[in-house]
Amino acid sequence: MTKQITKAEELAKFQREISVSEFFTKNRHLLGFDNPHKALLTTVKEAVDNSLDATQEMQVLPEILVEIHKATDDRFRIVVEDNGPGIVKEQIPRIFAKLLYGSKFHAMKQSRGQQGIGISASVMYAQLTTGKPTKITSKISPKRPAHYYELHIDTKRNEPEIITDREVPWQKDHGTRIELELEGTYQRGRQGVDEYLKQTAIVNPHLHLVYLAPDGQRLEFPRATKEIPIEPKEIKPHPYGVELGALMNMLKDTKQRTLKSFLTNDFSRVSDKTANEVCLKAQLKGTEKPSGVDSVSIERVFRAIQQTKIMAPPTNCLSPIGEELMLKGLQKEINAEFFTSVTRPPSVYRGMPFQIEAGMAYGGDLSSDDLARILRFANRVPLLYQQGACASSRAIVQTAWRNYGISQSKGALPSGPIMIVIHVASVWVPFTSESKEAIAHYPEIIKEMKLALQEVGRKVASYIRKTVKAKEHREKANLFEKYIPELAHSLSDISGEKKDTIEQGLMRLLRKLLPVLINHENSKEIQTKS
Amino acid sequence: MKTAKKSRPSRKPTDSLRELGVSLVHDISKSKNPEIVLPIRALSNVEFDKKNRTLVLGDKLSTRSFFNVAHAKKFLQTIEVAAVSKALLREGKHASLRDVYYQVKRTIPGTKVNIVDEQNESDSVIEDLELITGNSREQLNINANKNGSVAGRVIVEDRGDTIDWSKLGSGGWSIPSNVEDIKFKKVNAKFIVYMEKAAVWERLHEDKFWDKHNCLIMSSQGQTTRGIRRLLQRLYNEFNLPIYVLTDMDPWGVYIYSVIKYGSISLAHISEGMAIPGVSYIGITADDISDYKLERHLIKFKDTDLSRLKQISEYEWFKDNKEWQRQFKMMKQMGSKAEIQALSARGISFISERYLPEKIRKKAFLD
Repeated sequence: MTKQITKAEELAKFQREISVSEFFTKNRHLLGFDNPHKALLTTVKEAVDNSLDATQEMQVLPEILVEIHKATDDRFRIVVEDNGPGIVKEQIPRIFAKLLYGSKFHAMKQSRGQQGIGISASVMYAQLTTGKPTKITSKISPKRPAHYYELHIDTKRNEPEIITDREVPWQKDHGTRIELELEGTYQRGRQGVDEYLKQTAIVNPHLHLVYLAPDGQRLEFPRATKEIPIEPKEIKPHPYGVELGALMNMLKDTKQRTLKSFLTNDFSRVSDKTANEVCLKAQLKGTEKPSGVDSVSIERVFRAIQQTKIMAPPTNCLSPIGEELMLKGLQKEINAEFFTSVTRPPSVYRGMPFQIEAGMAYGGDLSSDDLARILRFANRVPLLYQQGACASSRAIVQTAWRNYGISQSKGALPSGPIMIVIHVASVWVPFTSESKEAIAHYPEIIKEMKLALQEVGRKVASYIRKTVKAKEHREKANLFEKYIPELAHSLSDISGEKKDTIEQGLMRLLRKLLPVLINHENSKEIQTKS
Repeated sequence: MKTAKKSRPSRKPTDSLRELGVSLVHDISKSKNPEIVLPIRALSNVEFDKKNRTLVLGDKLSTRSFFNVAHAKKFLQTIEVAAVSKALLREGKHASLRDVYYQVKRTIPGTKVNIVDEQNESDSVIEDLELITGNSREQLNINANKNGSVAGRVIVEDRGDTIDWSKLGSGGWSIPSNVEDIKFKKVNAKFIVYMEKAAVWERLHEDKFWDKHNCLIMSSQGQTTRGIRRLLQRLYNEFNLPIYVLTDMDPWGVYIYSVIKYGSISLAHISEGMAIPGVSYIGITADDISDYKLERHLIKFKDTDLSRLKQISEYEWFKDNKEWQRQFKMMKQMGSKAEIQALSARGISFISERYLPEKIRKKAFLD
């Protein structure tokens, strides 16, 4: 009797662990590495975002250096150096050469990076396209030496592979420098590194950044304020924002001894009373050991949370740019006639606090024949791709710009010499994909965006009215000369007087009154009581 | 300067137009900014004359001068229309409002500016000119479009033709814009039902309502034109015919009634010649909704309806009218309007066989 091989056993031959490199190669579009141009941008972006977060955590004014050197036709060497707190020696390999490793994923706190996938994905991409290791230098104190590493990722195990590890002399007191060589293309324009850095400078007016472009050009983005954004506070998750799977994991990992103390201590805004209510609705006592709650009960807890009224999460964990600093940022980077900005009060979507800011620039160098330029930001990070898919686009399209004297075709972006800035600050910005390019269409977020846009729209409208009206007024005053022959003709008709006499009389009057007409803004018919 | 006074005796239109021109030329020769003074035609300058129960124009005046950026175009329009009227009078011809619009409409050479862009601009200037000259539109040889139909046992003479309103087939007699020269030969009717909708008129006409109830039925489409208002007034004054007004139950319908009864705000200067304080409102009233079970045939008010309702309920001539205030309150509570045609839900001829006869028999009218 021959041994029968079952289908399952047959299939088992093909079942094995997927290596991170395979996963990465197949899914790189999700992470912002779909093409060489975007890969270059994503790498600069991740490194600069990290530098900004690090300096902010340390509360120092950021000094960032970005260099892009052309190595060969399709290879670039990227250097990003900051004056942040540095990284302790032991952590360096894991932070840069292990995917999905970081401090920000678990924290309920507003930060630029979120997933902990960014910079190590660049290291992986560099390794896959050029085979070169990534070079890291980091120093945490003037009294300590700088550490220099050359790193690869062991793509089978997702673990760092240390190629070089030594101490080096470094002039800086503290900071981090990363250098990678990768395949890429360099382009200027709306979705290039230059634009990204410029927009970063707008929403981070406290940043001083020096940029060496591949063509040797040196660009400097000066600092507009010495005010460092306050470091956002970390908050516990709000029950409304937790999904079933996450709830299961939290129950498994908690240090709390009972279900009730888990609810009150591991979440924000859950009082004893609220916890009792949730337990009651889930038909549980509340004294159960969290890790012992079975999955059916967890589902009941999950549903009970949705059915219980829980106070909105605290919003003091957000760090908006602020109206004044947003204006400063715009004014230093954009050449326009008029600027305005607004910061909305914090609001909440699905248990997550968020806050919307909007700004507008009008006139000047902005082209009046095109659609409005839109600058989108999430936690101070510029979003350069997928504008159409972003919640902000919908909010802008749905705002009635014509009410503000700005032209707009139905269902389209407004047009004219305007630039619209939208910033979303949140402990968790809901992106439509992992590459963090577009904000998801939550109704609460769109509503707040629209309110912010209406507010800046009104301010721009009053500016337009003032300047445009003044111009129209001058033009109208100059029309009198053309009106006079017409009036003289019909007045001669009804009065029987000679047309020439009337015309000459009117011209004489015009010469006398013209200066008054140009300056005088008399818009209403004068009312007199007889 | 030219001052218009209300109730000034009517002068020959050619004279009043010449006077206007001469006074302006005089201003110019004195090196003065030429200006026309005229009463303001807006709610702010309309008063309700409690004794005569009509709207009259107040004494607030506005000044329209040529050398003023905001007035210049309107000033030019006024003189242009005056010149058109003068030419019509000289040639003994009549023009429609649309004709006048095209006589005035052109682009001023060397500019992109049209003397008038829309007909409502020239229409409004014609009404101004009535105030400035003290002559009516018709006296200035300008006629509105004819609008509206009438049927019943009446024989009239118009421009030498004899017309029997009961023998005009399905369309009835179409009411001309100027009815001053119509002669009534025979009037055999007990009352008049006036309605805001031509479609309802056709219903009543097909059902021979005027024959069965020995009355006149009259309609326009929407706002009541001057010709119709004047015809109603003549029948009321000369033959003592009661007039029952039938409109939709909404603020717009109420205003149609208000215009027939008290005069209109924008034409307050001619109220005396047109208002008919004795007319009554037959429906649709807010009470009809429950009386005739129309609850399920209403149309929701829009925001504009509600704000218009508020405006109307605050008009001086409705403010102290308890019965109308009660109606407004009920309309607001219902938050919906009822069209006349909602009655068709009870049957296509419900209006002529039951609704109107019943309301007339019970004398269920609003004043």
